Amino acid sequence: MRATKAAAGTGTGGLLARLRGRQNRNLWFWAFVGPFAIGLALFTYVPLAWSVYLSFFDAHNTVTPTDFVGLDNYTAMLGDDAFVSSLGTFLLFTAFIVPATYVLSLGLALMVNRLRFAQAFFRSVFFLPTACSYVVAALVWKLSIFNGVRFGLANTVLGWFGADQTAWLSTTDPPWYWLVIVTVRLWLQAGFFMILFLAGLQRIPPRLYEAAAVDGARPGWQTLRYITLPQLRATSVAVVLLLVINAFQAFDEFYNLMSDARGYPPYARPPLVYLYYTALGQEQNLGLGSAGAVILALIIAVATVVQARWFGLGRKED
Amino acid sequence: MAIRRTETTSRSTETGRVRRARAPRDPRVRAGRALRVVTVTVLAVLFLIPFYLLVRNGLATEQDITAPDWTFFPRDLQWSNLTEVFGDPNLPMARALLNSTLIAVSTTVGTVLLASLAGYGLARIPYRHANLVFYAILGTLMVPAAVTFVPSFVLVSSLGWISTLRGLIVPTLFSAFACFMFRQYFLGFPRELEDAARVDGLGYWRTYWRIVVPNSRPVFAAIGTIVFIGAWNAFLWPLVIGQDRESWTVQVALSTFTTAQNLNLHELFIAAAISIAPLVVVFVLLQRYIVAGVERSGIDD
Repeated sequence: MRATKAAAGTGTGGLLARLRGRQNRNLWFWAFVGPFAIGLALFTYVPLAWSVYLSFFDAHNTVTPTDFVGLDNYTAMLGDDAFVSSLGTFLLFTAFIVPATYVLSLGLALMVNRLRFAQAFFRSVFFLPTACSYVVAALVWKLSIFNGVRFGLANTVLGWFGADQTAWLSTTDPPWYWLVIVTVRLWLQAGFFMILFLAGLQRIPPRLYEAAAVDGARPGWQTLRYITLPQLRATSVAVVLLLVINAFQAFDEFYNLMSDARGYPPYARPPLVYLYYTALGQEQNLGLGSAGAVILALIIAVATVVQARWFGLGRKED
Repeated sequence: MAIRRTETTSRSTETGRVRRARAPRDPRVRAGRALRVVTVTVLAVLFLIPFYLLVRNGLATEQDITAPDWTFFPRDLQWSNLTEVFGDPNLPMARALLNSTLIAVSTTVGTVLLASLAGYGLARIPYRHANLVFYAILGTLMVPAAVTFVPSFVLVSSLGWISTLRGLIVPTLFSAFACFMFRQYFLGFPRELEDAARVDGLGYWRTYWRIVVPNSRPVFAAIGTIVFIGAWNAFLWPLVIGQDRESWTVQVALSTFTTAQNLNLHELFIAAAISIAPLVVVFVLLQRYIVAGVERSGIDD
């Protein structure tokens, strides 16, 4: 569309000016976009292509393999129980973290939005964890709150009520480690999404609420259900998409919470942790790791397109 | 941004006045309001606990931390923990802070420069294949960087950039996300300003630097702070590339001692507190821009 406009524009001037103008524009376009585009090609497209190439080879500890193995890496990866169960871990994690973050961040936004005083203060407090890294948060969770010994905060508080001590991270039945993993991320990202919801809430025209009040809608649940939530639809779609993508990329808190001097336990391994140990662990099996990366990239691309289509089609109907 | 903020505050006080005039007698409304204040306060305390623990443990003695009875705050603050953590030969704290600073600053400057130029070119300079280029850039958003760490590691290692600052910085400079945000912003930049510059005989380059950039400072600040926070807190890429102790970032150093090696708790916590101090300062000073950046990042279209 922009191209046709440019063509129409060049039709009017003189031949010389037209040529020079067009040339200049192309030249300037690449002067602005070129450095970025070249870098992106070099550091995203080249590695991806190389990785696809490696995934067809037996590449232990080498990036220039000679031993072509066809689809063996792919079948090995998909036949590996640990890889498949890492996908299961991701699904379970997503099932917990996406609704939990959605509800908490929307709830925070709704409450903060209606505060009469200290609104900026509370917004800052809930947003502040965004400044914290997953490494530091995992450190606090692992070594201070849920350290599983008597001086840990969680066990101290439970001790006040006479409860027994719990080894949060090493108990697999019931899987208390999920509580630790999910709360880290919940604390870190709820404020970020609260800001998105606050922005969405402020875009809702106040006259909608006035009209609803005139029509006799009760403030509270009814206005939330019939005005606020439908008006937040676009924000909600964006939030859910971001939450799922973020959950898929989860690595930092899993790695820092679960692994210790003995390595990573055989449970609670999300896909990236599995990939990390396969590709960069002791074996450095880059062929297998590349196959895993390609499979994960395909999964996330398909999932994103499907979600976007799903929500996008819904939006056209309104 | 500033305009919108004042608009909303005036709006909320307005509706507040209406509600106050109509509803204060209704005990249910008052109860609801009180419940909301209590809930928000309790949640705020919960949200602040991790920060409290960082400071408490960071300024306590080892005995205080591991004591079976909980002390809310150490009686004698151990400021000597600060000197201890920088003097510990096991933990290269000063070097890690230096690395993190170099990486975060140069990543921020580089990313903002490259992405804003590209975003402006895509938004404003007519070129026949501009859409094609745009979709090629947008396509990389579908493949998150975390999934490409294996192939990127392959590339960086064959360039011989493992454990170098180059390897830690250069591959992260090309953020399709930042480029996309800049493009969306420049599409809405008032064309009249640029046309006036064009009449004065300025080309694209000088229009960009003299007219567009000076009038877009809030957006540069917003995207810049978001990039800075991301770079400072990044973990997976520095973990993969920074293999020598000399090239550890703060996050990698902290992680090493959280996951494997034994270190005194008070040292680890004061180190962690030091590592988030710069970001807390950035947050307090630049929150306006960060909020604007977050809002911008959530706009989906």
